[in-house]
Amino acid sequence: MNIKMLRMGLWSLVLIFVLIGGAAFFLVRMPGANAGALGAGDYQLTDARTGATVNQASFTGAPSLVFFGFTHCPEVCPTSLAEMTSWFEELGPQAENLNAYFITVDPERDTAEVLGDYVGTVTDDVTPVTGSRAEIDKAIAAWKVYAEKIPLDNGDYTMDHTASVFLIGADGQFQSTISYGEQRQYAMDKLRRLVAG
Amino acid sequence: MTRKLLAVAGLVLALTGAALGQHAAPVTVGDITVSDGFSRATLPNAPVGGGYFTITNAGTTDDVLLSATSPAAKQVQLHEMRMENDVMRMRQLEDGIAVPAGASVSLAPGGLHLMLMGLNAPLVEGETVPVTLTFEKAGTLQTTLQIGGIAAAAHAHH
Repeated sequence: MNIKMLRMGLWSLVLIFVLIGGAAFFLVRMPGANAGALGAGDYQLTDARTGATVNQASFTGAPSLVFFGFTHCPEVCPTSLAEMTSWFEELGPQAENLNAYFITVDPERDTAEVLGDYVGTVTDDVTPVTGSRAEIDKAIAAWKVYAEKIPLDNGDYTMDHTASVFLIGADGQFQSTISYGEQRQYAMDKLRRLVAG
Repeated sequence: MTRKLLAVAGLVLALTGAALGQHAAPVTVGDITVSDGFSRATLPNAPVGGGYFTITNAGTTDDVLLSATSPAAKQVQLHEMRMENDVMRMRQLEDGIAVPAGASVSLAPGGLHLMLMGLNAPLVEGETVPVTLTFEKAGTLQTTLQIGGIAAAAHAHH
């Protein structure tokens, strides 16, 4: 006893460490850099105008703007929609490949027809997106958005919700946000960086 | 297409400040004066709209805006909106909006506002909305809200 057993013991330890290290490496890296990234999830939503599917893959291949809102929203949502429209106008040809999505947090009231009309009156540049309550909830979780029904005393309700616009690069990765009421020059700087890739 | 052009034209007008200076004339009852009433055009299928104005209490006793009604909407509620960490929160003000003696209170985008719920028709830029306001002490007055663009006055602040 002996050196041989000691040597075997030590090599076993080395082997164990290598295995643990390797497993840890794969656990961290294997699910892909996208897992847990903003917008990553298996939600299946619908383009209210065309009926086409909108899912995680829709936010790759071209830069995107993503806003969560609802039609029973007196101020933030129409204002944000109007702002997004004006961004497209100011960017002009630079916005050619830019996608924009208005995803409802209130699919019970915002059917494809209701939402399509609402968004479509202002702009064709923004895609109205709705879906079933379950799928919208998955998207809300995937985008780490806050949305909550607030009852009103007439039996009606309003929604508290995240009012920022998310800027997503062509690689599907989160780049930055534009806050509600953010100064235009800062917003335009972020948008130009986004479309420049 | 025409609808879109109109909407965009409305937006441009709003951005260029057409909404400024187009407010309704001040109306007074007792010590309370309501001025600069305006609203914003609504998008199709948006059953709600906002109402904004300034209340001035020239008296020596505090007053409270208790309620509001309008023939344009099934119900009008008093609301407060605020932004908290990029989350828009809206609350109904069950106790009304206090207007302290000698003070002015503004109902404005981003804060206190009337919430017109169940609009009978979309609010159209250039038209007006009549509203009746009831104050605890001063009583009732009627005023009008001048309807601006979709984002009227949103840019006046920045």
